[in-house]
Amino acid sequence: MTIYRSPALQRYLKRLFVLMVFYLIALFAAVRLFRADAVSGVPAYALAITPALPIIGVFWAVMRFLIEEQDEFIRMLQVRQCLFATGFCLTVMTVWEFLQNFDLVPPGNGGFGAAFFWFVGLGLGGAYNRLTMGTAGCA
Amino acid sequence: MNNRLRLLRSERSWSQQDLADRLEVSRQSVNAIETGKYDPSLPLAFRIAELFGLAIEEVFESPSRRRSGAI
Repeated sequence: MTIYRSPALQRYLKRLFVLMVFYLIALFAAVRLFRADAVSGVPAYALAITPALPIIGVFWAVMRFLIEEQDEFIRMLQVRQCLFATGFCLTVMTVWEFLQNFDLVPPGNGGFGAAFFWFVGLGLGGAYNRLTMGTAGCA
Repeated sequence: MNNRLRLLRSERSWSQQDLADRLEVSRQSVNAIETGKYDPSLPLAFRIAELFGLAIEEVFESPSRRRSGAI
């Protein structure tokens, strides 16, 4: 069975790889510098935001893939996956916020923010696609 | 939407991948269309019909005509 590898998908995977490498470097650097108390003031804000940039980049890469992919069925699967991820993320975050509002769970999110749950949702969306459409798509 | 894609493909001894290559789409697309899980856009439906040298309605069954019992 031939694995579907369109030029758009290959670009998407390359972008994902570069962004993940950048994310790991940025996260490692930020954690090291904050633990060492090496930054404060405005640079601290800039450093804290740095690991978020590649995550935002992944959102961009996913949306670019939606635009660039020429195969309409694969594009539809990807749209379903994104919608599933968005619904899943909003559901988890809404439930968590209400639990927090009534002091039933501790404040904060333990480092697991909206992006984390959106990416989990993407994975679940792929499984949902496989279950209902016979294929997960490719991203 | 019901269609004759699998039959037309089999008549030419093409695999799903062969047809996908000719249509410049993924094999998954061909499979999804054949099994009725996905209805192609009008441009893709035209491409499919033209590939087989047929009119669209000779490849795809109109859902509304099927409901009215015309087919």
